[in-house]
Amino acid sequence: MAVATIARRGFLIASVAIAGGVAFGTWTVRRPADNPLAKGREPGQATFNAWVRIGPDGIVLITPHVDLGQGTTALQSTLIAEEMDLDPGQFTTDPGRPDGAYWNTALAADAVPFRYTDDSIPAEALRDMARSAFKLIGAQVTGGSSTASDSFDKLRHAGAVARETLKAAAAQKTGTDVADLRTESGAVVLKDGTRIAYTDLAGIAAGIDPVKVTKLRDPSEWRLIGHDVPRLDIPAKSTGALTYGIDLTMEGMVHATCRVNPRKGAGMRGFDASRAEGMPGVLHIVTLENGVAVVATNTWYAMQAMKAVRIDWDTAPYPAEQADHWAEVAASFTEERLDSVWRDDGDIPAALNGGAVIETEYRAPYVAHQPLEPLSALVRVTGDRADLWVGHQMPRFVQQRVAKSTGLPESSVHFHNQYVGGSFGHRLEFENIDRAVEVATALKGVPVKLTFTREEDFAQDFPRQIAMARARGVVKDGKVHALDLGIAAASPSRSQAARLGQSIPGPDNQIVAGAWDVPYRLPHHRVTGYAVPGLSPVSSWRSVGASHAGFFADCALDELIHAAGADPLAERLRLIADPVARKVLEAVGEMSDWGAPLGAGQGRGIAFVASFGVPVAEVVEVTMTDRGIRLDRVFVAADVGRVIDPLNFENLVQGGVIWGLGHAINSEITYSDGAAQQTNYHMAEGLRLYQTPEIIVRGLENGTSVRGIGEPPVPPAAPALANAIFAATGQRIREMPFNRHIAFI
Amino acid sequence: MIDLTVNGTQHRVDVSPDMPLLWVLRDELGLTGTKYGCGIAQCGACTVHVEGQAVRSCQLAIGDLSGEVTTIEGLGTPEALHAVQAAWIEHQVAQCGYCQSGQIMQAAALLSVNPAPDDDTIDHAMSANLCRCGTYPRIRAAIHGAAAKLGGA
Ligand code: FES
Ligand code: FES
Repeated sequence: MAVATIARRGFLIASVAIAGGVAFGTWTVRRPADNPLAKGREPGQATFNAWVRIGPDGIVLITPHVDLGQGTTALQSTLIAEEMDLDPGQFTTDPGRPDGAYWNTALAADAVPFRYTDDSIPAEALRDMARSAFKLIGAQVTGGSSTASDSFDKLRHAGAVARETLKAAAAQKTGTDVADLRTESGAVVLKDGTRIAYTDLAGIAAGIDPVKVTKLRDPSEWRLIGHDVPRLDIPAKSTGALTYGIDLTMEGMVHATCRVNPRKGAGMRGFDASRAEGMPGVLHIVTLENGVAVVATNTWYAMQAMKAVRIDWDTAPYPAEQADHWAEVAASFTEERLDSVWRDDGDIPAALNGGAVIETEYRAPYVAHQPLEPLSALVRVTGDRADLWVGHQMPRFVQQRVAKSTGLPESSVHFHNQYVGGSFGHRLEFENIDRAVEVATALKGVPVKLTFTREEDFAQDFPRQIAMARARGVVKDGKVHALDLGIAAASPSRSQAARLGQSIPGPDNQIVAGAWDVPYRLPHHRVTGYAVPGLSPVSSWRSVGASHAGFFADCALDELIHAAGADPLAERLRLIADPVARKVLEAVGEMSDWGAPLGAGQGRGIAFVASFGVPVAEVVEVTMTDRGIRLDRVFVAADVGRVIDPLNFENLVQGGVIWGLGHAINSEITYSDGAAQQTNYHMAEGLRLYQTPEIIVRGLENGTSVRGIGEPPVPPAAPALANAIFAATGQRIREMPFNRHIAFI
Repeated sequence: MIDLTVNGTQHRVDVSPDMPLLWVLRDELGLTGTKYGCGIAQCGACTVHVEGQAVRSCQLAIGDLSGEVTTIEGLGTPEALHAVQAAWIEHQVAQCGYCQSGQIMQAAALLSVNPAPDDDTIDHAMSANLCRCGTYPRIRAAIHGAAAKLGGA
């Protein structure tokens, strides 16, 4: 049985490898990746590995995880600088070029169908297999809250190797023993106190093989990790000086915008651009595969002329109306659409047979990403090369894709990653890049900056998956006795893989993420996933599957706890089986003074969801006013094993809570005539400042592995709020957005 | 030809008078610190000052502009920060930072008329500026910080 289970699970890992696209035949898993910095090295420049380059002109740290606003550039450079004894300001950072050497060592391990708390031999073996697959395909990906876990050891090691090699260079230069040298503040220091700047050692270091390092510094020696390190991008972001992709400009550049069929995946029957042709600033009208682009001398001219183009669209390849999407989801709790049963503790059929069964149903709608920087891309295609300046989470996939669409070899596709004005998963997709390449190919040699209007960004956005859950539960002797949770959702992993030209033959763990692997021990507990085919294409949205499944699972449990007459915190603590998660719940209970009396109309709700290996508990306090629900305070405790930058940690947790609350309250995408009905922020705005509660954050460090915090604070926010509203009003809200059911102020 | 003064410098642009100030700044003058977010007065990313007043530059046709324009680049520079920018850095407000030009311009306009705003006043003045990354708690704190530095609260 165990063998059979593992074999079936192994299927998924194979699919992970396939999803990567290209296999490099000459590579083996064992062989270390070549250092991409060695290729373009100039005389006098030293490089020790793929992350550090030193020349007489300075020290460059390569930060291949793209900064989407979550501070990955600072995090990566901090880890290198810690071991390398660099101070902020002594180096610059560069995202580097796409390369297999930057394969993500952490993301793969989270793709395996074992609970994150499971460190058994089969679980670890499968994680190793998954890592090998990611390495083989050189999967350079920013996502899945994996930057911290991917980088923590790797980049400290990279910094240590650089440091030791520079010491060896100094020893060679001065004829001293390495043991008599130390490093400090960007320099090697001799016994007599003489300092030799790293940059003065580059020439010698370039001729030395990188020194092997086996031991990293003890945490007690850290100067940067665990301390508030000011982010180097913040002064530029506070003065308008930071150039985002949308801000780029270059000699001879033209401005473009486009409209593509908002019925995603459908084509165009024809168009009439005669009214647009003579409009101010218009240079070209370009026919795209399933839409039209206008090229002009100014973005606004392009946008104005675009409005004047009349286009005849094909119909959507999925249901035209929202009600039919819901009907399809509701009809998916069937044997044929069964995707996974990864949690089946006790005997659910027996437990549900006879007693009073509590049945509930939950819904989570499509939701748009809509980071504040609209999608854009600056592209130049010539006869023998393509250059792309755009922020993206998967640089090598961009390269492969553009090589294919332009017919150029991959080595002639030059991708320049950019700072990004938010992503939340949006920049895992290629709509902006594909369209810009189409236009730039039509205008060979001319740099084209294509900018989506906000409306086009909404129209083209592949939203968060639509999902529904049916829960059946039994309580007994004041305790939760059984929970049978079925979740039906459009599969984000399969939808994304399909757009990469791949298929995922195994189950999609995102359908049940945060529900099946929750570390509770119930006498009877089953989580079943069903995949809904044929709906709108969907994509990863900050926290992905846990954003719906965590809401369903925690709310269903909360309802049972109340039915049992138990205390929501005490019963969760009784059920929790993992010591790290237990501490998170205890912390949030203490922080929120759980159980202390509240004022009139107030209510307090708690939720616990673990996602991306991070257990997070949140308590939300609300007041029912005469105008609606007011958010008062939120308490959050999360365990990431190691808080690398406390200040940024707090900022990301607060942002994640605001993201989770805002969208739960007021955001959804609905389809009519095959197109999203929401066109701009007035129809999907998230939280605004006046609604933002006080958010008190505590980071715990009991976990054994270092984890990222970009996504995990999101999933518990919605259920904690729903549970708080119930506590304040007696009303259960089982559908997002909540403002369909109750008013908010 | 239309004349305008931005950050103390005179410019002459040849564009249609109905082009929003935002696109004159960004695509004609290369002042890209002012951001496009929504184009319909919903996000505040495009906020600039006209004669010291916070204005949504996506809604102001260049032909209707009267008065001097200040953008984020003219408020202060990395070398000579405005008090609001200094507070933004001290409080490490930005995540992606894309909204922050507009937030800072909005906050600077608020402090110029109300040097010691309370939370309600801040809520009022700042809630039309969207931050998708959710930096609102730090925006609040930074405004109080800047007010204190400016000698208000
Ligand atoms: S771009 Fe002007 S308010 Fe959004
Ligand atoms: S910091 Fe990203 S939108 Fe505000």
